[in-house]
Amino acid sequence: MSLIRPYGDTTGDGMVQLSFTLPIEHSKVAEGAAVQLANKMGMDPALVVHAKPMGEGFTFFVVYGRVNHLVDPSTVEVVERDYPLLTPKEANASIKRSLRRRLTVVGACIGTDAHTVGIDAILNIKGFAGEKGLEYYREIKVVNLGAQVSVPQLVEAAREEKADAVLVSQVVTQRDAHLLNTREMSAAFREAYPAARRPLLVVGGPRFDETMADELGVDRVFSRGTTPGEVASFIVHRLTQEKAS
Amino acid sequence: MATRRPASQLGIDRADVRRARTLARQVGKPIVDLATRHTTVSVERATLRLAGLGGADPDGTPWVNRLTDAVRADVGLEHGVSLPVWDALLRGEGDDLLTLAQKAAAGSVTFRVPEGKDATRARTASRRAVGAGIKQIDRQRAAREKLIAKVGDAPSKPWIYLIVATGDIHEDIPQAQAAAREGADVIAVIRSTGQSLLDFVPEGATREGFAGTYATQENFRLMRAALDETSRELGRYVRLTNYASGLCMPEIAALAGLERLDMMLNDSMYGILFRDINPIRTFVDQRFSRQVHARAGIIINTGEDNYLTTADAVEAAHTVTTSQLLNEYFAKEAGLEDWQLGLGHAFEIDPEVPDSFRLELAHAMLARELFPDAPLKWMPPTRHMTGDIFKGYLLDGFFNLVGALTGQGILLVGMMTEAVVTPWISDRDLALQNVRYVMNAAGKLHEDFRPAPDGFIAQRAREVLGEAIALLQEIKDDTDSAGDPPLLAAIADGTFGLMKRPADKGRGLDGVARKARDYYNPATEILEGDA
Repeated sequence: MSLIRPYGDTTGDGMVQLSFTLPIEHSKVAEGAAVQLANKMGMDPALVVHAKPMGEGFTFFVVYGRVNHLVDPSTVEVVERDYPLLTPKEANASIKRSLRRRLTVVGACIGTDAHTVGIDAILNIKGFAGEKGLEYYREIKVVNLGAQVSVPQLVEAAREEKADAVLVSQVVTQRDAHLLNTREMSAAFREAYPAARRPLLVVGGPRFDETMADELGVDRVFSRGTTPGEVASFIVHRLTQEKAS
Repeated sequence: MATRRPASQLGIDRADVRRARTLARQVGKPIVDLATRHTTVSVERATLRLAGLGGADPDGTPWVNRLTDAVRADVGLEHGVSLPVWDALLRGEGDDLLTLAQKAAAGSVTFRVPEGKDATRARTASRRAVGAGIKQIDRQRAAREKLIAKVGDAPSKPWIYLIVATGDIHEDIPQAQAAAREGADVIAVIRSTGQSLLDFVPEGATREGFAGTYATQENFRLMRAALDETSRELGRYVRLTNYASGLCMPEIAALAGLERLDMMLNDSMYGILFRDINPIRTFVDQRFSRQVHARAGIIINTGEDNYLTTADAVEAAHTVTTSQLLNEYFAKEAGLEDWQLGLGHAFEIDPEVPDSFRLELAHAMLARELFPDAPLKWMPPTRHMTGDIFKGYLLDGFFNLVGALTGQGILLVGMMTEAVVTPWISDRDLALQNVRYVMNAAGKLHEDFRPAPDGFIAQRAREVLGEAIALLQEIKDDTDSAGDPPLLAAIADGTFGLMKRPADKGRGLDGVARKARDYYNPATEILEGDA
């Protein structure tokens, strides 16, 4: 059976539920408008089971109805992330298992950029978007150098700490400063380390294009909305995989 | 205690409660002593703000930062900025603070530490200037009381606390007003991510932030004015909250007092543990900020809920109690009264844990019994909220029920879309319906409800108090090689949650100075002297 429909209580009934708010005072017209929206979304018949004024000039609706659409799971295309998302617990276990020591991450905002928002969201235990930062991971040692770190300082700190990964955040993008700084940084690491020993280079910031990693000479670029868990998962995946291969 | 308390519903021995408070005092006192021996750049900048220095240079660096840095470069921070600054004014280096700051920034003023009669004159002048700012805080406190008397207070407890956070103050204002009309008694404007780590307070009305809006004096003023208007319209005073935390805690506390904010997030250890701010910097800044809050009639909210977002809420329950006791000690030492202590706690136990509701109720009842006169702040579930909004709505209902049963003073409204989206208009309305239903249906249930004397709830509450006492004892006995106060040693070796925070590390340490013998700060003098 490849084609399917939503299921309420009978195979093939196509029943769905939907809730939304319309910017209109509650009235019969408002309820009609809700039905019209549901119809346009493919629900037919659509039944407004609940309508309630919310605030001034808004009405909230719950609508039940039947959709006629069929979906074909065999044609669904999924973009797979190339690393699995790990919980902090899983990440810790994975590090313990394959590195047998704590993983060291050195982070900084380089150049004149004083915006530590990004690096702190990823590294501080406080975290971002409900996820705890890398400091929360027992098996990750975090060295956050803060803002306005020069590239030579960063390389030196990475050496001193024997960093497994270096995280750089760039918020300021005037005259492509974020791209220039990143290239300078990756070049310095290539110069300072033999290729096999170089720490993983990860750069992030709201204006980066995630496809530019190769061009910038780094291992990964993260863009707006990236959470600490994603960064941790990527680092752990790459470093533990390297060990395995 | 002046009034006799009814016997404990949880079978708690009064001697244990006294022991817990004694230990909290023994742990806290050396920290207070440490705080009184130090000053920080932010304490000094807050003092200049109280004297009326505001604004920023063309690069956005506040004049209080420029002036403090210039004084520090010439004579160090250990004397405080007041004597050198008012001495320079008396020497005619500038007509007023702003001119002096501008000249200092240009490098055309040399500061000195005045002595003898010059010092006395500088002292008097600085006290007059800073006193004017503190008078303004007094006026704002009186204005709040007057407005509450005129338009009325929030009609019932708990106060309903809702959050706005668009990043744009001009977008926040209509949202806050709408939230108040929908029933919020308290509006919190969430700060931009990372503001706590800025060593300056941004200036002016701001329209861009990261997951929040910058705390600035102008943003405070605009929002308070808007809520005053809404308070009059609704016939109840709507309170405004922000965050006195991070590197600029004292300055933000001063601005909050000047602009009549009503509640401030202000935890004794949050910045140390969760933001890696230097412990000494934090304790010095915290004490000053709490002295300002005490004067301003501001209710502080402490951050114990955060402990439960990183550690298991059952295992770590006693760390909440411990922190509440320490927060209470530090708060009272700084002059805050019981009604100003919004001690935090949260509903964060994994709902899959058997008896999770009974455990939550036990913890909340313990907090209520330990702090009978404090308006506890009850925080909704976040950790175990998933995309399953239906389950989340039920969990929020149970959270509200614990709130109703334990007489919480401040109830942060839980959103079923927590961890999904920033709340939609409908999410907020549904959340408020949830609160209203529970309060209406079960708001007086505490009149009938008594836990069985040796039942699960009473035993659990006693167990948590016992663990808290043991932890306080452990902290008190902690030592380090530097001979730091035990609490600093305990923080350094990771007693609290997961983070080791040594006293000589962390952000903002370079902004701390040990006071010299001739240190002078008129703000501290007035706040402590008039208390």
